[in-house]
Amino acid sequence: MTGFIFENAWLIPAMPLIAILLIAVLARGENRGLAGMIGSAAIGVAFLMTCWLGVSYLRLADQGAAAVTWSIEWLRYQDHLVVSLGTLIDPISLLLLVVVTSVSLLVHVYSLGYMAGDEGFSRYYVFLSLFTFSMLGLVLAPNLVQMYVFWELVGVSSFLLIGFYYTLPEAIAASKKAFIVTRFADLFFLAGILVLGFYVHQLVVAGGSAASVVGAATTQTQALDFATINADSVLLALKGQTGIFGTDLLTVAMLLVFVGAAGKSAMFPLHVWLPDAMAGPTPVSALIHAATMVVAGVYLVARMFPGFAASEDALRVVAAVGSFTCLFAAVIACTQTDIKRVLAFSTLSQIGYMMLALGVASAEHPAGFGASMFHLYTHAFFKALLFLGAGSVIHAVGSNEVTEMGGLRKKMPWTHATFLTATLAIAGVPPLAGFFSKDEILGAAWDGHHALIFGVGVFVASLTAFYMFRLYILTFLGGCRSAEAERAHESPPVMTIPLVVLGVMSLCGGWIGVSHFVLPGVELHAHLAVMGISVAAAAVGIGAAFWMYGGQTNRAETIARSLGGVYRLVKHKFYIDEIYLFLTHMIFRFIAAPAAWFDRHVVDGAMNLSAAVVHRFAAGMNVFQTGQVQTYGIWMINGTILVMVFLWLVQR
Amino acid sequence: MLHPPTLTHWLALSALLFSIGLYGIFTRRNAVGILLSIELMLNSAVLNLVIFNRFVASGDVDGQVMALFVIAVAAAEAVVALAIFVSFYRHRHTLDVTEANQICHPGNSTP
Repeated sequence: MTGFIFENAWLIPAMPLIAILLIAVLARGENRGLAGMIGSAAIGVAFLMTCWLGVSYLRLADQGAAAVTWSIEWLRYQDHLVVSLGTLIDPISLLLLVVVTSVSLLVHVYSLGYMAGDEGFSRYYVFLSLFTFSMLGLVLAPNLVQMYVFWELVGVSSFLLIGFYYTLPEAIAASKKAFIVTRFADLFFLAGILVLGFYVHQLVVAGGSAASVVGAATTQTQALDFATINADSVLLALKGQTGIFGTDLLTVAMLLVFVGAAGKSAMFPLHVWLPDAMAGPTPVSALIHAATMVVAGVYLVARMFPGFAASEDALRVVAAVGSFTCLFAAVIACTQTDIKRVLAFSTLSQIGYMMLALGVASAEHPAGFGASMFHLYTHAFFKALLFLGAGSVIHAVGSNEVTEMGGLRKKMPWTHATFLTATLAIAGVPPLAGFFSKDEILGAAWDGHHALIFGVGVFVASLTAFYMFRLYILTFLGGCRSAEAERAHESPPVMTIPLVVLGVMSLCGGWIGVSHFVLPGVELHAHLAVMGISVAAAAVGIGAAFWMYGGQTNRAETIARSLGGVYRLVKHKFYIDEIYLFLTHMIFRFIAAPAAWFDRHVVDGAMNLSAAVVHRFAAGMNVFQTGQVQTYGIWMINGTILVMVFLWLVQR
Repeated sequence: MLHPPTLTHWLALSALLFSIGLYGIFTRRNAVGILLSIELMLNSAVLNLVIFNRFVASGDVDGQVMALFVIAVAAAEAVVALAIFVSFYRHRHTLDVTEANQICHPGNSTP
């Protein structure tokens, strides 16, 4: 089971890395326009290689192969504790590869127009390529350590790109916020890796039943490989050990890993960084904060799904957090007026959907797993399209506020058509992409008899249709509400072509049976009833949006006023940011400030005291250092005499 | 009855000369004074050579020959030292050795 491309899949992430070096060397000063070309070409090659890999893999999968691993030894601590660098190609990593390279390619091309003339054009492409490199490395990682390294790298590149406009204070604040929140979550992920590494390593070294099974499965037992961790015998052994708070060790480890995943995927209550991250350039939001990086958490949970499934409690937490975030973010999205913020909350909500789908899956009924991956795939396309469309609108109008837009349908026909396609897709209107994946998720929840989660899913489907059409109506329909909107015109072809490509993907993406690809051999069946319910929910949402915002009436304001306090609460995102601010102030006042005082006065005081003592002593000794040979001679003679007297006394 | 001086007396004289020279080295500030003190110490050593020649091996003249050599070398050494003093005096207009602990004098920019 080999082939050139399987052994050289590392070339795919290497392409953007090469692009970074080339941009750094060639695209300087006057030549900075070259940066976009180099970046786009490199990612284009990576995309073609991914296609090649995909075709080869499909041919291989027909012969019954599941996963292809290729790796080289990176770090060796002991015979059994070896960390390797390599590539793991299986259906989900291949799916992510396709998503990342294609969306990244389109964003690279789109940015040629969007970022044209920007001061930091080549810097932008370096960051974008860095991100693509990191994300591809993360997707291909065959073990937890490599994944963690690239996990942090995507965090860094996300930080750099959010703070791209580094002269704007809000961009700086947002980048710091994103970095600190995700870093905080990554700490738990690291703890999870350490727990898993320690105990799995122990199991492997200790011999016993687990080791023999694992040892047979892999020629070299590597404790942190996904293949080892996901082996049934290891999971059973981990489940047998007691952890903390009355849970088993597996649950503890999986929950720690999930906190990391929730941080990166912006699940409640670690979601606060994502809406602020919209301070970065819009194509970046499309790539990182909609299509790829934020789904890394979902990917991680999917990657370690056997572990989550074996520990049912951890999976239940995933389902609960996913459904709550899904509902919570959808409610907030209904009240926001910043076009990118609406999309950000929509992203939160949709990622919640994916987590929810993973949560309702189990080892026996993995339908939710396939549905989650399917939704990840369709969502990447239509959400990237929505962001790029929003970018096109922002480019034309020069504002993020929908209250200053309106009536752009005639002025920006291509943007309008593709945005509408994506809106229909996310709302779940058949036969667009979002309909199929959302329907599979709801079907999986229905099959798993998770009545509450199913209810939440249907309600959120309706809310999604509502807020997306609210956004669409406010942006494109009605009359122009500002002078800039009057003057708006269509973006250049370099920006509209990626929109059209993504539009086609949003239209047809759902026709590909991703679930069958991800879960080969699993019986999946469609539910006509669930389909009916989901279409009805979407129709209700769309109808409500047109009823409230369609005409010249001000029904929306009337309803908002009648809701009063509740509306204000939602509008301010349930004051979560304020709560965090309050908590951090408390931490500053009662922990950080005393600690700083202690450091400044006690620790530094002790240091200064010892320094002062030495200084005084040195000043005293300084008297002897005259630089006069005569003084030294006198001391020498006196010393000699003293020694002689001493010896004389001793002799006697 | 006057006894002729013994070895101890001669050595005491030599030690006295040496101590005077040592005292001079550490107390004189003038370079010429220090040179004189060094000559005193040198001469006490020469005196020791002669004394031991006389009292330990009175048949030989080795000690006295050695003493002559030391006197000649000391004369050469004095020449070198005095030449340095002359040069130093031209430079600094002083022979105070406490002023000579820096290669470059603060008031004189030439090294």
